[in-house]
Amino acid sequence: MSDGLRQPRDEATFTVKAGLAEMLKGGVIMDVVTPEQAKVAEDAGAAAVMALERVPADIRRDGGVARMSDPAMIRGIQEAVTIPVMAKARIGHFAEAQVLEALEVDYVDESEVLTPADETNHVDKWQFKVPFVCGATNLGEALRRIGEGAAMIRSKGEAGTGDIVEAVRHLRLIRNEIRRLSTLDDGELATAAKELAAPLNLVRQVAQDHRLPVVVFCAGGIATPADAALVMQLGAEGVFVGSGVFKSEDPERRARAIVEATTHFNDPARVAAASTGLGQPMMSLESSKLEDEQLLAPRGW
Amino acid sequence: MTRTVGILALQGGFEAHTKILRALGAEPREVRVPADIEGLDALIIPGGESTVMTLGIDREGLGEPLRALAGSGVPVLGTCAGMIMLDRDHLGVLDIRTSRNAFGRQLRSFEAEIELAGVQGGPVHAVFIRAPWVAEHGDGVEVLAMVDGHPVAVRQGRLLAVAFHPELAGETRLHQLLLGMNGAGRPTGVDGS
Repeated sequence: MSDGLRQPRDEATFTVKAGLAEMLKGGVIMDVVTPEQAKVAEDAGAAAVMALERVPADIRRDGGVARMSDPAMIRGIQEAVTIPVMAKARIGHFAEAQVLEALEVDYVDESEVLTPADETNHVDKWQFKVPFVCGATNLGEALRRIGEGAAMIRSKGEAGTGDIVEAVRHLRLIRNEIRRLSTLDDGELATAAKELAAPLNLVRQVAQDHRLPVVVFCAGGIATPADAALVMQLGAEGVFVGSGVFKSEDPERRARAIVEATTHFNDPARVAAASTGLGQPMMSLESSKLEDEQLLAPRGW
Repeated sequence: MTRTVGILALQGGFEAHTKILRALGAEPREVRVPADIEGLDALIIPGGESTVMTLGIDREGLGEPLRALAGSGVPVLGTCAGMIMLDRDHLGVLDIRTSRNAFGRQLRSFEAEIELAGVQGGPVHAVFIRAPWVAEHGDGVEVLAMVDGHPVAVRQGRLLAVAFHPELAGETRLHQLLLGMNGAGRPTGVDGS
């Protein structure tokens, strides 16, 4: 039979970029720092891995400038697993993003967990073929990132703490702001766009669809299966787990348990079973006890 | 009569299928445990990560019930990872072997118009995301479409599998094909149809 293709194929369209996030839904994306950890994550049911040099808990502990990972480490992880491999670039560091695109990572996370490279501008993500995921603490921030070309959003939470409170705050805020937009008329939406500092066309789209135009995951503070179930019930479409897996006593079991709870988030008996006998969670930090300069979520704007 | 169509919802792009089924007047039901399979008239296995679905099917004990469902003649549509799950190396109900991520990493993902045998009304808008293709197939498998010399859409009886995502482009004709397959679902008489 002859080839069915009717015209040249289109690569790197927004549909294709946002489409990969659609396929990650209901899944858990796990931070990994070595190929061995990547394999453990894949075998436990991770839908993707995030390759980085240090998990957020270690970045907090060690201090200093946190940058994009060594390409050798990213390549090692790409060779170790068949699931998508994401990697982090500093906010505004378009050259790091270019390197990650050259390495053919499947998604770039322009991340506040790394030290920002530009205090005014985020990466112009429309210039890239590789899709981007960006963090947001509220609706305006999410829509600014989408306006810049992000094909996936994650609520920021407070990475590396094991404290879910900030993730809940950000998810609820985004949800409440979406709900409010859907009650406004056209004239009011223009004012809302100004107040949110967000593109009007995206504000109108959200008001009409009652949801963001891209997939929304939750990140920053998920340490237990119940944390995953909580944020999924609050409307997250999947979860990122940073330090929560590999900084816990039994990473493999905890990873499987969080995957199970993310699938069965509406079934408390299943979440209970998944939560049983996991050993110690990661060492945690109470977000409200952190000094302002220790907070990661206010990075980016 | 409203058809109840199960969508495997362990992980992946199940929601987009839900919307299309509702628009076509079918009743979607998310399938996570064996009890969810009871009384289905058709089944969709969506895209997602095949490694995650494989682990989930094992964990939930869904392998045997899914094989029994497909074996009983209930129509099944697999898209992308769903095609992989139906193949010889996974559920083993469709006589194909798939090659995962065959087109390459995300940068090689694409959308295109493709001719699909058996689908009327012009080419299908197909979104390929880190897509597989069919590397080998048995004689009983009909190839419906090829891209780059490899089958990307196949049919064997009431099992339909495509390497791409019709649901991401609002393409409904494959779902209509699934719903229209002869004798879809429960035997005539049992439910008064």
